[in-house]
Amino acid sequence: MRKFLIAALTALAGSTALADEFTEADLERWAAQFESVAQEGRNLWTSPELGTNGVACAQCHPNAANTHPETYPKFQKQLGRVAQMWEMINWCIRNPLEGEDLAPGDPRMTALLAYIAKERRGVPLEPGKH
Amino acid sequence: MRMNRRGFLRQTGAVAAAGVLPVSMVRLAFGQEGQDFTFAYISDSHIQHIRGNEFVRNWDQGLKRAVAEALLEPKPDFVVFGGDLAQLGTKAELDHGAEMLSALRYPLYAVMGEHDYYLDLGEYWSELFGDHYYSFDHKGVHFVVLNSVLTYDEWTYHRWETPERRMLEMAGLDNPNGSPFMVGERQREWLRRDLARIPRTTPIVVLSHSPLQKIYKGWNFWTEDAEEVQAILAPFEKVTVLYGHVHQIQYNQIGSISFHSVMATAWPWPYPETYAHSGAYVPVMTVPMNRADPFNERDATGWQFIDVHTGRVAAHYTLYDNKNRTVAYNAATGRPEDTEYQNPARRIPPQAHY
Repeated sequence: MRKFLIAALTALAGSTALADEFTEADLERWAAQFESVAQEGRNLWTSPELGTNGVACAQCHPNAANTHPETYPKFQKQLGRVAQMWEMINWCIRNPLEGEDLAPGDPRMTALLAYIAKERRGVPLEPGKH
Repeated sequence: MRMNRRGFLRQTGAVAAAGVLPVSMVRLAFGQEGQDFTFAYISDSHIQHIRGNEFVRNWDQGLKRAVAEALLEPKPDFVVFGGDLAQLGTKAELDHGAEMLSALRYPLYAVMGEHDYYLDLGEYWSELFGDHYYSFDHKGVHFVVLNSVLTYDEWTYHRWETPERRMLEMAGLDNPNGSPFMVGERQREWLRRDLARIPRTTPIVVLSHSPLQKIYKGWNFWTEDAEEVQAILAPFEKVTVLYGHVHQIQYNQIGSISFHSVMATAWPWPYPETYAHSGAYVPVMTVPMNRADPFNERDATGWQFIDVHTGRVAAHYTLYDNKNRTVAYNAATGRPEDTEYQNPARRIPPQAHY
């Protein structure tokens, strides 16, 4: 009976471990998850698949340079308001790439943001900076 | 009197038709007025084929504007195309680019870029534009054109299964599978022989695609045998190297050699130090090009003309929608300097790249 209860509670919690029970192996797994999404972002960054004219993000932004993820949210001149980075990414997809917007939660947008952030790691946050 | 080109365009009303256009006008002056001449320098158009007869509009616009500009007064003696006419070196791209350039009706001297070369190793480019490296003399100046985008034989001939794959691997600027540019021993030997007959007081202008100096290997802002090439040029009193590839203003002085980059007609590139993990910097004397914030379609593409007085260069950059820049050799300091912005206190916010 006790065994059954534990099993039922475990099913309810969705895990056999307590919330603070994570290990080095878990940390490695989560880091690997990030790396794999950032790698997918790099693949998208260097491929023509986001647009319609063969142009890739990397053509103008090698190693995602000149994207300034540390400065968002910030005032964006051509949008006329404070915007988030994904809005600027969509601006680039629409204009130089002649493609269609990605939804903010699209896994491909998450991958692009992950890749950009990874290339910019170590740079202090400067929200609003131009 | 030498006319400011943008002023000239406004006066003639041509600005309405042609805009301020991204061609590099290069003017050489050597004391005697009769020896002054001007040539146009267009570079890095990256004509990109989509399918059928469709090409990327943005890059087409850059080259079309350059050609329209070069057709206007003052008439250049000739035109240099500084390399990377194509994006992936295809016949369709090279033909389309050559067709646009053919409207110029001036003698054209072409420089090989890696985007022109690595599909068929310059074979079709040669049918259109001739030799990969050569020299010529014009009004007292000895011009040398180098193919500086060669690399190690193993990479070129043995690493890739198909020419298309080889082209794609070299086309990615930040691709770690790429390979450093070089002039190579055979061409360096040709250069030694070519210069052997030239008096050391003759001004030399070298046209190459890559910088012939080492800036950042990760993006091939680099020439592997730069020091060897510089050593061949060093005995001459006045040497100027004009190069494309970097899509940004750069200038430097190494011994008697002045280095100036020319702008791309297609798109600008970030400076290497703006990549937080490059550990690389452009030559310390370079005041960075102005950038619009945010992206503007023709931002930081532009044209310049260059005066050379007694064999030294003054480069006048006229940048589409951006403020003009002039980088001139300063005899007092013995190096090129921006005539307005060299003093850090004079710089403006668009020159801050981070």
